[in-house]
Amino acid sequence: MGIEGVGARVARKEDRRFITGAGRYVDDMVVPGMKHAAFVRSPHAHAQIKKIDVKKAKGMPGVIGVLTGKELKADGIGNLICGWMIHSKDGSPMKMGAWSPLAFDRVRYVGDAVVVVVAETKGQARDAAEAVDITYKELKAVVDAPKALERSAPQIHPEADGNLIFDWELGDSTATNAAIKAAAHVTRMKIVNNRLVPNAMEPRAALGYYNKAEDHYTCWTTSQNPHLARLVMSAFYNVAPENKLRVIAPDVGGGFGSKIYIYPEEIICLWASKKTGVPVKWVADRTESFLTDAHGRDHVSTVEMAFDKDNKITGLKVDTIANLGAYMSLFSSCVPTYLYATLLSGQYDIPTIHANVRAVYTNTAPVDAYRGAGRPEATYLLERTMETAARELGVSPAELRRKNFITSFPHQTPVIMNYDAGDYAASLDAAMAAADYAGFAKRKTAAANRGKLRGIGLSNYIEACGLAPSAAVGSLGAGVGLWESAEVRVNAAGTIEVLTGSHSHGQGHETTFAQLVNQRFGVPIDSVSIVHGDTDKVQMGMGTYGSRSGAVGMSAVAKALDKVEAKAKKIAAHLLEADEGDIVIENGALKVTGTDKSVPWFQMALAAYTAHNLPGGMEPGLKETSFYDPSNFTFPAGCYVCEVEIDPETGVTEIVQFVAADDFGNIINPMIVEGQVHGGVAQGIGQALLEGTRYDASGQLLTASYMDYAMPRADDLPSFKVSTSNTPCPGNPLGIKGCGEAGAIGSPPAVINAITDAIGITDIAMPASPSTVWAAIRATKH
Amino acid sequence: MSDISLTVNGKRVSGAAEDRTLLVHFLRENLGLTGTHVGCDTSQCGACVIHVDGKAVKSCTMLAVQASGSNVVTIEGLADGADLHPVQAAFKEHHGLQCGFCTPGMIMAATDMINRHPEGLDEATVRAELEGNICRCTGYHNIVKAILAASETMSSKGKAKQAA
Repeated sequence: MGIEGVGARVARKEDRRFITGAGRYVDDMVVPGMKHAAFVRSPHAHAQIKKIDVKKAKGMPGVIGVLTGKELKADGIGNLICGWMIHSKDGSPMKMGAWSPLAFDRVRYVGDAVVVVVAETKGQARDAAEAVDITYKELKAVVDAPKALERSAPQIHPEADGNLIFDWELGDSTATNAAIKAAAHVTRMKIVNNRLVPNAMEPRAALGYYNKAEDHYTCWTTSQNPHLARLVMSAFYNVAPENKLRVIAPDVGGGFGSKIYIYPEEIICLWASKKTGVPVKWVADRTESFLTDAHGRDHVSTVEMAFDKDNKITGLKVDTIANLGAYMSLFSSCVPTYLYATLLSGQYDIPTIHANVRAVYTNTAPVDAYRGAGRPEATYLLERTMETAARELGVSPAELRRKNFITSFPHQTPVIMNYDAGDYAASLDAAMAAADYAGFAKRKTAAANRGKLRGIGLSNYIEACGLAPSAAVGSLGAGVGLWESAEVRVNAAGTIEVLTGSHSHGQGHETTFAQLVNQRFGVPIDSVSIVHGDTDKVQMGMGTYGSRSGAVGMSAVAKALDKVEAKAKKIAAHLLEADEGDIVIENGALKVTGTDKSVPWFQMALAAYTAHNLPGGMEPGLKETSFYDPSNFTFPAGCYVCEVEIDPETGVTEIVQFVAADDFGNIINPMIVEGQVHGGVAQGIGQALLEGTRYDASGQLLTASYMDYAMPRADDLPSFKVSTSNTPCPGNPLGIKGCGEAGAIGSPPAVINAITDAIGITDIAMPASPSTVWAAIRATKH
Repeated sequence: MSDISLTVNGKRVSGAAEDRTLLVHFLRENLGLTGTHVGCDTSQCGACVIHVDGKAVKSCTMLAVQASGSNVVTIEGLADGADLHPVQAAFKEHHGLQCGFCTPGMIMAATDMINRHPEGLDEATVRAELEGNICRCTGYHNIVKAILAASETMSSKGKAKQAA
């Protein structure tokens, strides 16, 4: 490892622009002649649109255009779709309701876009939006998923009878029922996974620009995957053909899943630009983000876990209702199915599993992937159940887990996944040592003497990421492949550009991808530029989500580097009159091994481009491309320990320590990996303690600002103790598993296990806010 | 419309803006200083923190006309030419940022915090005083580390100056 190579703690190249205020986010973009859009959104959760009167709005100062869904439809703009087909257990395809980018006959959640106004200034657009007069006939709304399945519930989409999108299953029902029947002990729980709002700090934004002279569109947008945005807007939404549409995702201020999807606003900004003849920019305010960004989680489940007399798990049965909101967002269907039920084996050797999942429409914001996506729900369900089982069986939670760990690999679970490598006991041991688990009893007593309740909780998570082998996900219903591409351009003077389909919105790719090049060729990272986020510059790629940029994106870079290396060695061998098998790359030069003959890297590059003296038949230039499709998912895993102290007088929970021991496979930059864990754990603690998304019964979002939705602040969190003990991933050339989601996946059950341990109760609802905790403590006394 | 003139990052600037224009929008749209960000509607997130007459202010909570005659420093004006301010340098060194969106406000708030505590800072104080700045990426761990480190650097520099 060099000072800038793989494994080095290199400070980030991209930081300088961010710390000096020179970052370029979509809202910072200015195009000559640019005007501003404001959306008129439904104030009702469920209503018929009787009449839309835009006359007054059209006459307002500065107004350039007021456009409705009827005009959008007339221009042939398509409905938004979900790109992952799920079949119900009766074989029928999922029931997808129509989602027009602008609603024209019915609105189905508060925030549903109905009319767009384009005006000279943002203020004028908003003023005019308020002057649009829409007559609604209100309909009964339902926000709670189990209630949406009741007979009396209002019908939300004509396509989905009884609001049921699909009724899907995975695993062996008969064997699992038999295991439960024969069990020495069965632990049963109802598990609720609370709805969350992702809340990237940069609100979503779009700038659409139609260039009439060239009949060409450009869209600057807050996207985690600009190529996918272009594909979907072309192939499904008929905005423009791919060759006439450029999508640019510049600096993007966080995503966490919520910026994967293509939302109505970017489609409408492009369409409105053509309609009005001006570039159109829209930037969400925070309340718009709360109302319309895809939310996460929102599962209600029951679980039965069967044990034999030796406390070995013999079967697991799960029934889940997943709330998908008012419309099916782009990948919504895969989250509660193939990203969830396939992880229900956790780190445990479970002979038989059956999961049944019903996905349901409600009059709420669409729900899709949020950091972890399905895997946090699986982990929460399993790790809460393991904790309860240990208490019921009267055994140590750590030892119950250890007894049931999978210990030999590869391991085929009963729910599709084939785990390739791992050492779960190593993470458990590391976490327990770091947390001084053995000393907890003493600390609990000391806390009790101070009048405080102290508790400790474990969570052993596993996730499948490095999304994903294309053929495998295709067979499960995915509408896209999940490979990644890379192009490596060695310039004539030896500097290097890496063009990647991955997209960085905080992950530090400009540094880590350059470290990979430095490792291979010895070129300083300042001489390596990472180009991403622009469909005109970068070949087709699939973007960043599912902890895939390292395992898949960097593997594509590694494959392209292989090709560059092979050609570079051929050129060097020719120049040095040596055998190419004898060429090694060291310290920025290509050398003939065992001799003092060498050619500097830049001279070899120059030779590739002057082409005066190349091996016979070799094409000039030094630029290679790779499309890498992984052969398997990757399986990061680890153990988290949370220790809390609760003030019984106020119900305030203090996290006195949080330990993370992860196995991420090989690591490119430990500093960045630790940062990912910190952020993920903070989001998980946010879910467990603070973040509650509340709709009232009529479908109004009560938590639609930072005054109402409790985001984790610095003083809600401790400093974290993080470490890794890594088993390299055998499935990709770099041995990387991925680290982006682990923190958010593993942490919520650790927190809730600690709180229930402290209070001495079986369950508590997330978020375990002070009032909830206080009430739970009170209830134990009556 | 009102005429507004003020000093921003050491330069006298003036312009006209609607009375309802917030200072943050004046900075971003009239002056092109897009380093100051808008992350919420309710003065909670702190992405828009700047310094007005030496104090940290949320520029979304002040009308542009109210700043007329003031001396404003934004994230663009914090570094001394090519030399980063110690707080900027500490954020880079300690990985105190990921997506970078909250970073300008964090750095401006942190600089003010360190200035208000010449005696030095501890972790609990830093965490308590960051209450008005939200970050979704870092879990604050490395932000806190960076601010403590910058506080050390700045107070030792101050001491060195005093000694000299």
